Amino acid sequence: MGDMVKQPGRLRPAPENFLSEEQVKAVGSGRRDFLRKSFLAAGAALAAPMAARAASEGDINILENPAWTTSLGMPVATNPYGMPSKFESQLLRRESPGLARVGGASVSFAPLQGLFGIITPSGLHFERHHQGWHDIDPSKHRLMVNGSDDSLLKKAKVYTLDELMRLPSVSRIHFIECGANTGLEWGNVAVPTVQYTHGMVSCSEFTGVPLKVLLEDCGVDYKKARYVLAEGADGSSMTRTIPMEMVESGEVFVAYGQNGEMLRPENGYPLRLVVPGVQGVSWVKWLRRIEVGDKPYATKDEAVHYIDLLPNGQHRQYSSIQEAKSVITTPSGGQTLLDKGFFNVSGLAWSGRGRIKQVDVSFDGGINWKTARIEGPVQNKALTRFNVDWVWDGSPAILQSRAIDETGFVQPTYGQLRKVRGTKSIYHNNAIQSWKVIESGEVSNVQVL
Amino acid sequence: MFRFSKTILVFALFSASTAAFAIDKYQGVGRQATPAEVKAWDIDVRPDFKGLPKGSGNVERGNELFEEKCASCHGSFGESNEVFTPLAGGTTKDDIKAGNVKGLSSGELPQRTTFTKVATISTVFDYIQRAMPWTAPKSLKADEVYAILAYLLNLQEIVPADFVLSDKNIADVQKLLPNRNGMTTDHGMWPGAPAKKGGIGNGGKPDTANKACMKNCKPEVLIGSTLPDYARTAHGELRDQNRSFGPVRGTQTLGPEAAKKAADAGTLDLATKSGCMACHGMKSKIVGPGYSEVVARYQGQTDAESRLIAKVKAGGQGVWGSIPMPPNGHLKDEDITTLVKWILSGSK
Ligand code: HEC
Ligand code: HEC
Repeated sequence: MGDMVKQPGRLRPAPENFLSEEQVKAVGSGRRDFLRKSFLAAGAALAAPMAARAASEGDINILENPAWTTSLGMPVATNPYGMPSKFESQLLRRESPGLARVGGASVSFAPLQGLFGIITPSGLHFERHHQGWHDIDPSKHRLMVNGSDDSLLKKAKVYTLDELMRLPSVSRIHFIECGANTGLEWGNVAVPTVQYTHGMVSCSEFTGVPLKVLLEDCGVDYKKARYVLAEGADGSSMTRTIPMEMVESGEVFVAYGQNGEMLRPENGYPLRLVVPGVQGVSWVKWLRRIEVGDKPYATKDEAVHYIDLLPNGQHRQYSSIQEAKSVITTPSGGQTLLDKGFFNVSGLAWSGRGRIKQVDVSFDGGINWKTARIEGPVQNKALTRFNVDWVWDGSPAILQSRAIDETGFVQPTYGQLRKVRGTKSIYHNNAIQSWKVIESGEVSNVQVL
Repeated sequence: MFRFSKTILVFALFSASTAAFAIDKYQGVGRQATPAEVKAWDIDVRPDFKGLPKGSGNVERGNELFEEKCASCHGSFGESNEVFTPLAGGTTKDDIKAGNVKGLSSGELPQRTTFTKVATISTVFDYIQRAMPWTAPKSLKADEVYAILAYLLNLQEIVPADFVLSDKNIADVQKLLPNRNGMTTDHGMWPGAPAKKGGIGNGGKPDTANKACMKNCKPEVLIGSTLPDYARTAHGELRDQNRSFGPVRGTQTLGPEAAKKAADAGTLDLATKSGCMACHGMKSKIVGPGYSEVVARYQGQTDAESRLIAKVKAGGQGVWGSIPMPPNGHLKDEDITTLVKWILSGSK
């Protein structure tokens, strides 16, 4: 069995279950030798009951058929709404301790370290609520469209879900990123894993009706009405000003669908606004009202929060578009590589200004770069998955990724970003993320200037 | 065909009078909102005070209301950091004169409060009216909002103690806001025309211009900061936040004694999900008592656990004051038991 384990280029099976607590500690502290030896011992112990088989014959998981191969499985509809495997219980939305004081005005981060492709499973979509979430009865939900002034809109109207769902629909894949994503890291490294550095981004296929269709149905006057106020039906009645340019282009839509089913309650069931490329707070959840206006609104979440503090003491207001950004998710902070050898380094890139054109990856902290493969579809204002080959020789490395979008904009370094925006901003941190790998295989969060 | 010509004619006239598109195009979809409906929902107040309701309120009344409805979370003087960042404090007489809060650039400000940032008084009025008190939003009358805002402005030394704020003088108060000149829209993160051409941004010009250099891009790697030790463990056991198979494992960050801590954190999650944390702090009162206050009160009482389980389930009032705790019958019995045990064991 020893030979099998040592086969070059092969990753060992999960060792944790075989190890005592002491041994696990030793592994955790970086003594990877230990891991090799104890795996041999554990392998021997496991093989013992199967005395009939010589260990050298091969992998017991192959030589002995397991229970699932030799018995009857579960019938259909055992789980009428299917759930992930019980072995997937580690990947959950999580809060960052100390970030917010009450759960109703807090954030839970998506576990990017374990996700694949570009679609975020709806149940793992990040959450940000300002006054808790509700599960709203769709038969009682209404959408009102009105004008700040009668001259901006011919007719204020009310729509029910029954009616909205009769209208011509669009389905589009878009990322949504909280303006404060990576905000904990403006000053210095603060959190250990990609879940907490970048987990306020998610990506779904949304289905709904272009807002333009509704505004035109109400007789909007685009010449005068240059701003849209979107308002939620929750306690906070979240309000944000949306640029009419984005509505006129047909991009902004009123969504009820998410990844093939209705929106999840935490994501705004039964109706939310989708504002592609713009920070999440503008994608008003539980959307109940749209007002068209001739001036912006300076609501609390665009006049006290989601404003960017500059070094000169001024705050930037109405900063909305999320600029190009990327992050490597495998391997990433808080993970440990099990072995030297080949790895498929993989990550996500996105831009609020359009499609991702190219992603480059560096293994030496940004001295040399290599263009990554784009793994799947490249959509407008959507997460884009990239990957690149890496053979780890066991020596220290610093991994980075750098996104370039279709406007030619290249994701900035921390040094470049801080030169303009200082270190106090909280919002719109799209700097290049670095992960340091040390000899033990442990990956951790560092900032390269 | 002839039968339809009348409709077509009407339609043609109609579309000539509106722009290129037709209103009411989707038969059977949507109806006109009644004036009462629009009035009920259209409560937003803009910086130019469009939407501001008529009314007034004085500082003294505001003080009473604040004590009754707001102080439990924000502190009597809007100073509390317990539930949210402080509302009041951090500005000076000079800031009021200049319209710029100096502490924002000098770095002297320990923490930004609402009034160190806000440049438009309408924002605060609008927000209190729509969203506060946090657990009973939209319960305040317009006069009450004016009174509370007058109190907050007095705390900030913007208006005197005998001030009456109203729809008539709120525009004058706007001219005294300490950070009224503190906002800029000169950035590339808003679409459309730049400010000089009638928009509000810079026309989409980004701040940075990194180059896609590929080889020998810099002489050395400058590390700005690394993960501090406390931050490595502050997010619990990272091994358990990753799959147990695949190319990598989560790094083990906690020793065995941390198991209890992790379990506590699990119960805190449960308490948060169950809504308890909206009303209870770990240490201090929010709406109901802080958990350590509960521990102190019931120390040594052997039947405390069963009594409190029954109380949490059924709700009730009178032990800590006149505000009732709503019933929690929708929760599973075992979860209520876990929560009460956790509270009594010195929840963390
Ligand atoms: C139960 C706790 C609670 C009570 C009671 C409460 N608030 Fe709040 N308040 C909050 C929380 C939590 C937030 C932050 C909400 C968010 O994240 O959007 C907040 C935010 C605010 C803000 C915005 C501050 C900022 O900087 O963004 C103001 C102003 C405010 N409250 C005023 C009041 C007033 C006035 C009252 C009484 C009428 C009140 N609050 C009662 C919890 C409370
Ligand atoms: C809406 C606010 C609110 C919520 C939500 C709430 N509580 Fe309370 N809680 C209170 C109030 C108010 C009191 C004080 C009642 C009294 O004076 O008898 C209280 C009292 C308590 C007490 C002490 C009871 C006593 O008789 O001394 C415990 C224990 C407690 N709550 C636990 C919980 C738990 C556990 C939850 C979540 C399942 C919860 N509470 C949810 C408001 C709340």
